[in-house]
Amino acid sequence: MRPQAAALYRMLTLRHWTERLFKIAAVATLVIVLATLAALLLDAVIDGAGRLSWQFLTSFPSRKPEEAGILAALVGTTYLMILTAVVAVPVGVGAAIYLEEYAKKGWFSRVVEVNIANLAGVPSIIYGLLGLELFVRAMGLDRSLLAGALTMALLVLPIIIIAGREALRAVPPSIREASYALGASRWQTIRYQVLSLAFPGILTGSILALSRAIGEAAPLITMGALTYIAFLPDGLLAPFTVLPIQIFNWVSRPQKGFFAAAAAGIIVLLVVLLLMNALAVYLRQRYQRRLYL
Amino acid sequence: MKMASVENGIVTAIALLVLSLAGIDAARAQRVLIKIDGSSTVFPITEAVAEEFQKNHKGIKVTVGISGTGGGFKKFCNGETDISDASRPIKPSEVELCGKNKIEYVELPVAYDGLAVMVNPKNTWATHMTVKELKKLWEPEAQGKVTRWSQIRPGWPDKEIHLFGAGVDSGTYDYFTEAIVGKEHSSRGDFTASEDDNVLVQGIATDPLALGFFGVAYYEHNKDKLTLVAVDDEKPENGKGPTLPTYENVVSGAYQPLSRPIFIYVSRKAADRPEVKEFVRFYLTAGRPLVREVGYVALADKVYDLALARFDKRAVGSVFGGKGSQVGVTLESLLKAEAK
Repeated sequence: MRPQAAALYRMLTLRHWTERLFKIAAVATLVIVLATLAALLLDAVIDGAGRLSWQFLTSFPSRKPEEAGILAALVGTTYLMILTAVVAVPVGVGAAIYLEEYAKKGWFSRVVEVNIANLAGVPSIIYGLLGLELFVRAMGLDRSLLAGALTMALLVLPIIIIAGREALRAVPPSIREASYALGASRWQTIRYQVLSLAFPGILTGSILALSRAIGEAAPLITMGALTYIAFLPDGLLAPFTVLPIQIFNWVSRPQKGFFAAAAAGIIVLLVVLLLMNALAVYLRQRYQRRLYL
Repeated sequence: MKMASVENGIVTAIALLVLSLAGIDAARAQRVLIKIDGSSTVFPITEAVAEEFQKNHKGIKVTVGISGTGGGFKKFCNGETDISDASRPIKPSEVELCGKNKIEYVELPVAYDGLAVMVNPKNTWATHMTVKELKKLWEPEAQGKVTRWSQIRPGWPDKEIHLFGAGVDSGTYDYFTEAIVGKEHSSRGDFTASEDDNVLVQGIATDPLALGFFGVAYYEHNKDKLTLVAVDDEKPENGKGPTLPTYENVVSGAYQPLSRPIFIYVSRKAADRPEVKEFVRFYLTAGRPLVREVGYVALADKVYDLALARFDKRAVGSVFGGKGSQVGVTLESLLKAEAK
């Protein structure tokens, strides 16, 4: 029996080491991700924290780096995100409900499914070109807040649909069956059972999709959103600018002062992003608690 | 049902915001707005002028984009903008597009700009270059062949050369190729091109074997990281020997062929609107000191006066005949051309 015991012992040590090695590798990947994020944050904070002030948040862009502010871009981004959500969330959720709850599973729904997944991977600049031709030129909306929001809505729509479908699929079929058994119609089942259960997931997916849109500059630059704007958008058809475009413009200026302004702009963008994500977490918590009480 | 009321509150608030935005839209169908787009080289000047203009003219709104000279003209000739920033004169294809859409324009020079040729501070050999040497390096035939410093001038080190230049959509690239290669928009393709001049600054500052070109304003703010190369056009009438793009050399015309005038193009139709007229007049009068402030060379007062006279007469068309970039336009010859 002795030799066998030795072999067993060797095997166990080997397993033990494999186990350890895997754990180290997993921790290492986490450290790499966190370190990159920390380095980025630190870099932005070091360069931009000194520039951050009430004046910076409430001033319009200027040729003088020390007077330049981010107000027009901050307000532009806020309006754009709200409008994008108003357009994209109902359409996206509606499409998800149709695909999950109504559509017959067949070749048609499979084709649609593959196409939506593909659309989610299309580079954002392509959406910008589409927005330029469709909304700016063909529909004559010009380079307005509305044209920008519609372009962004197209960009986030596939992500919202996919997230919405995941959330609907996670609702157990037994809930639907119970609802039908009690005599509820399909609409009543979807409205009162399925949607309320899927709501936190849909909400989180939608807000995360919008968080992606908030950092996008490429489609809006292609669409022709503007760089220098010293007033606030005063209507759906008003010209606008957003945070990433303002940051991009400052980074490409020769004066060192604009570099600090760009870093401060990045901090503002990150804070807005964190607020949105925090909102997503908060809403999810709140509604989940309600549902399971 | 407390939750539902919160929910309803949020939905109502968003609906109200959207409705009010739309409502204001209807009320302000007649926005007093001046739309400008085009060259990123001219952008700092137009931005400065717009900033000062809006301080003095409450109620008039000015927007400035940076689509590049070519991109700007495309929008301008589609009737989408009122004024186009341009770092070179209008090209035949653009003249054609404007003609097709019946867009007439007044061309106005606003400043003078030098293109600097730069190397890394560790480069001790390339202190000056002739236009011929630059041509040998940048012409399309050089692609893949002229790759070492020693190929440009005997005695220079037998090391690789790394090229950096303005992006091919920019007026800066068009002008540089016209001035150096002799043909607009034609050069070797194997160089690092960027629309963002700070990328080029970083590239050259970190690579001892680099050579690149871009607007002199970017050199002025990065003097510690870059070394200028003096350029010799071997034409005694523009001053003997190699010259550096200093303020004086750009003004006097000694820094040829890499000095150029930059422009705004005003739509003839938009010029009849009082706010656009006021803005252009402001640009050519109160805008003069701003040009120097943002790092460019101002034109002589006489040239601005002539340009203003051209604008008041609505003299449409380009004094350069719509042929795109032209080399050797000194302040003096510009004056003569404008006076015609």
